[in-house]
Amino acid sequence: MLVILIFLSSGLFLGWSLGANDAANVWGTAVGTKMVRFKTAALVASLFILIGAVVSGTGASHTLGELGNISMLAGAFTVALAAAFSVYIMTKAALPVSTSQAVVGAIIGWNLFSRTPINFGALTKIMGTWIFSPVLTAVFAALLFFLVRFIMKRVRVHLIYQDFFVRILLIVVGAFGSYSLGANNIANVMGVFVSSVETAGVMGRVSLFSLAELTVTQQLFALGGLAIGVGVFTYSRKVMLTVGKDIYQLNPVTAVIVVLASSLVLFLFASQSLQEFLLARNLPAFPLVPVSSSQSIVGGVIGVGLAKGGKNINYRILGRISSGWIMTPLIAAVVSFVALFIVQNVFAQVVF
Amino acid sequence: MPSVFKQARAIVGDIEKYLENLDNAADIFELGINEYFQGNLERFEERAQEVQKLETENDRLRGRIKTTLYTDLLIPDARGDVLGLIETLDGVLGVAEHVVDQLSIEKPLVYDFLKDDFIRLTEATVKTVKELVVACRDFFRDPVKVKDSVAKIHFWEHEADKIEERIKRKAFEAEEITEFSRKVHMRYFAERISLFADEAEDVAERLEVYAIKRAL
Repeated sequence: MLVILIFLSSGLFLGWSLGANDAANVWGTAVGTKMVRFKTAALVASLFILIGAVVSGTGASHTLGELGNISMLAGAFTVALAAAFSVYIMTKAALPVSTSQAVVGAIIGWNLFSRTPINFGALTKIMGTWIFSPVLTAVFAALLFFLVRFIMKRVRVHLIYQDFFVRILLIVVGAFGSYSLGANNIANVMGVFVSSVETAGVMGRVSLFSLAELTVTQQLFALGGLAIGVGVFTYSRKVMLTVGKDIYQLNPVTAVIVVLASSLVLFLFASQSLQEFLLARNLPAFPLVPVSSSQSIVGGVIGVGLAKGGKNINYRILGRISSGWIMTPLIAAVVSFVALFIVQNVFAQVVF
Repeated sequence: MPSVFKQARAIVGDIEKYLENLDNAADIFELGINEYFQGNLERFEERAQEVQKLETENDRLRGRIKTTLYTDLLIPDARGDVLGLIETLDGVLGVAEHVVDQLSIEKPLVYDFLKDDFIRLTEATVKTVKELVVACRDFFRDPVKVKDSVAKIHFWEHEADKIEERIKRKAFEAEEITEFSRKVHMRYFAERISLFADEAEDVAERLEVYAIKRAL
């Protein structure tokens, strides 16, 4: 068990970093504008991320498994570490980076190292989703914006009452956003370990007060969810204040719109039950893929900006995002390849 | 949560009462000035006291609104704007109070050929202030409409300016007013009454910016 925890440490670190950074995408404006207290935000965020991860995390994780089925623990450890390290160096170099994209790059590095043929079907599905998710968020945000404006014109709520309702909405939407973040992004944190932990066969099913049973994957996700929670409590406050005050500068009502749009998109790309529902009715279903919550939020902000008439939009940010789609996986793939080489030849571990 | 809602309801009540007082004070100010120029000094004094009472009550309300907004951390994004608005509205009512005070103390002579102009001037300034109250209410509930009221405020303020100038010209050209000090006295009151509209216009211009910030 201890060995497993040591190997999982790189994934737990990714989880911590996700909690520290990505929770701010959901809660940044709420906390930054002082509409919601940090303590409330951190508590709701951690709880719902954990629930989302355990209840609905398997779908997106399965897609990562299609890309690279890493069956050895040392390999999974190295891939997660390479992803974490890539995120770290790119953040240091002030380049836009997303954990989702780093993990995919790291898996491709593993594919190349282990000479496993790359599943181009899965890769195209994943990369297509990266492009599609901010666009879809922009569309959702614009539609929600028109709807909210239409309602507000008719209902004419007093500013003070509006403030009261917006606070409640920020918490409710924040909870949904956290759930979706957990469901969609737990794959980044724990996805690469699923196959190897199952292969190692050291964990069994666990019964939760005989109410429900957690599979091995769900236990892994719960562990990852806890790591995310630790990230939220220990480090996200600063990021939330930066996001809320410096980067997006949204007013609370637009914050609700953008976070809701982004949460819906993360939810669509993570919900197995929705996928089954759509497939059962012969409708096109959303692929279950971990996407970048930061890029989705930026899509939402641009969507609202366009709905307002397209002024004050910083289009350069789009160029930065699209360069990240290529740069991040490339760097992560190289880092992963080198790291696997070192772990295999210096530390004599079996990585595939 | 229910206590937060109660506080929200209380502050909405306070803001509404504040605006209602300003609206009433403008009406009473107009009635008072009319009484003065009709020569009913006793009734004018009653009106002057009513204006002062409303001013005092609004000072108290302003203090309470300020404390509640800050201690209960309401509307963090618009708090500064709302307080700025309330503070400057206080200045508007302050002008009205000052005018009735000065009339009561200095008791300027009423010249028949200026009477109508002073009454018209008061009418135009009061219309400016009453339209400002409409704009303030819209700011809280329907910020898109604020600019319509602001246009009307500009119109009435401009009217007041024209009447003010007319009074000044007439006063200085008139042979009926023999002493220079009396001419200056007329100028002083024309300017003071007109200041009521000027202050309202200043607030309206701020309000327009606040409304743009608030509109979706």
